[in-house]
Amino acid sequence: MGIAAALFAAAGCQDSGGGGNSNNASGGDCGGKIAVFGAFTGPNAGLVIPSLNGAKLALEQFTAANPNCKVTMQEFDTQGNADQATPIANQVAQDKSFTAVIGGFFSGESKATMPIYQAAGLVMVAPSATATELTQAGNKSFHRVVGNDGTQGAAAVQYIKNTFKAQKVFVIDDGTPYGVGIIDEVKKGLGPVVVGSDKVQTDQTNFDATISKIKSAAPEVMAYGGYTNEAAPFLKQARAAGVTAKFLGFDGLYDPAFPKGVGPAAKGAIVTCPCLPAAEAGGTFTADFTKKYGEAPGSYGAEGFDAAQILLDGYKAGKKSREDLLAWVNAYDKQGVSKYLKFDPTGDVDKSKVVVWSYEWDGSAFKPQAEIKLS
Amino acid sequence: MNFDELFGHLGQHTVDGLSKGAIYALVALGYTLVYGVLKLINFAHSEVFMVGTFAVVGTWSLLGATNDPGLGMMIVFLLAGLVGGALASGATAVAVERIAYKRLREMNAPPLIFLITAIGLSLVLSESFGLWQGRLIVGMPAVLPQSTAFTIGDTKVSNTQLVIVISALVMMAALDQFINRTRYGRGVRAVAQNPDTAALMGVNKDRVIMLIFLLGGLLAGAAALLYCLRYGNTRFNVGFLLGLKAFTAAVLGGIGNLRGALLGGLLLGVVEVYAATLTTSNWEDVAAFVVLVVVLLFRPTGLLGESLGRARA
Repeated sequence: MGIAAALFAAAGCQDSGGGGNSNNASGGDCGGKIAVFGAFTGPNAGLVIPSLNGAKLALEQFTAANPNCKVTMQEFDTQGNADQATPIANQVAQDKSFTAVIGGFFSGESKATMPIYQAAGLVMVAPSATATELTQAGNKSFHRVVGNDGTQGAAAVQYIKNTFKAQKVFVIDDGTPYGVGIIDEVKKGLGPVVVGSDKVQTDQTNFDATISKIKSAAPEVMAYGGYTNEAAPFLKQARAAGVTAKFLGFDGLYDPAFPKGVGPAAKGAIVTCPCLPAAEAGGTFTADFTKKYGEAPGSYGAEGFDAAQILLDGYKAGKKSREDLLAWVNAYDKQGVSKYLKFDPTGDVDKSKVVVWSYEWDGSAFKPQAEIKLS
Repeated sequence: MNFDELFGHLGQHTVDGLSKGAIYALVALGYTLVYGVLKLINFAHSEVFMVGTFAVVGTWSLLGATNDPGLGMMIVFLLAGLVGGALASGATAVAVERIAYKRLREMNAPPLIFLITAIGLSLVLSESFGLWQGRLIVGMPAVLPQSTAFTIGDTKVSNTQLVIVISALVMMAALDQFINRTRYGRGVRAVAQNPDTAALMGVNKDRVIMLIFLLGGLLAGAAALLYCLRYGNTRFNVGFLLGLKAFTAAVLGGIGNLRGALLGGLLLGVVEVYAATLTTSNWEDVAAFVVLVVVLLFRPTGLLGESLGRARA
């Protein structure tokens, strides 16, 4: 518990006054304790914080509406790192006071911890882990409220074909399960239109060789599967070197830190995301979120809210054990703020309900373009 | 294996590699100077470079640098960046020496202790910057916008590449002259050959050691400016891999040997770019360290041998 307390304190430091979590677990006929794990600090925290804030908002609204049903949420910071997520998973699995898990936010940490949570019978509801493989290996506990990279990759393929109308595409991935997964989907969908490819590595800072390859291939579009830390310097250097091909990224770059790292050269960059623009979210979510946090919900804010709401509904319905909550999530069938929430047996959200949007960086904000039709 | 791409644009890849390697070479000089005199691997030198990059960013943001500022302001920003980077790196290097090494030296600590202190201090510096400046990439304005300086065949040499390679060569030559021709340089060589005898001959050993840390720091600061010009970003852990590569370059050329550092740096840069071109970019580190291992198998003292103490040329 010492580690938990320390982590909780560390995570608490950078909360912008949200939460109000007490550590008082059980008691009464209703309620329970949720563990939420993800990259709350670290280079990619910008992708996760809106989602965490969405979950906290859901809890706050729930507590206000149901003062007799005491649900608490404890945060565990993984920095998005699978190595840090694993000991946390073991600890949460052994602490019987936890009855449900929100997370992971990234695919790597989700993949690493799925077997642990599954063995403990804990249900996982992930707001943003999108790697296709997560739901392909017969898992029982993992659920996600977003479309997977297969869907996002297919949408990107449609976008490249129909909106860019490109004949030559260069693809780059960063070697992570997420980056490789989504670029594989794009390659599969585009076939011979992909005229070149390169793989970079995490923490790489200069991209001369990649840029030379792009110049030789002379593509109209370059698609990048990965995160801000490498994508930002890559795009900046490519533009400085005179590469004019259009840039297409994925949800890993749907983070204001990405264009900030690139600078003015980010203008016109497109990212796709299986997440909803703030203005499209249902109910009063966007207004509530903006009021509480002083900014519109960023990446996966609505999905974070939904992930928490599914579990909170379960507690309210009197579910108290890990088994009951797992069964509850499996059978969930209700409209959420981001989409209609219903899971197929693999833990993916119903395919027909998934929405993928494209966003363009216009120099000051990610402007939603349109929903990408999959067919 | 993409041989078509490599040999089709061999000139371009070589130019890319040389400009990448020139930055390694400048940082490598810091390792090699300290090693040549003290037989000490100053692992904190990578963070001396990192501090330099942040000093350049800080200086530019204080002066309100913008993209493509026009020739007059550009020269002001470049000079200010050079001064800021070099001063910050030089001061950090000297502080590292004063804080971490001086007392250990006076107590005759075993070499392993220096190594551990260096690694510890390196982590202290980089993690402090991670906490202070955030762990994300930090962008900066393109003070010197890239353009093609000249073209040979289909090889385009950009202005930043030209600036990097020329300034690296000039600084290298100046350092070489300084060590081999001046009174201070003679002191450095004397301490490198035999510290006790040098002390008997009236060389102030402490001052010489401070001088080499300062020189290494100044060069790292200059390298930091060149890095910022070419790559346009930095990060709290930018020094880690780059420092390791620079150290590799120093060992490759023969650690303790100034010209070896230059040769090793350029060679490493070219090897990396060739490897990344032949395969994919994530193979460049593998290739760089394979070359290191192979060279050391056949020439354990590096390509040019260890020779700061014996350098008389």
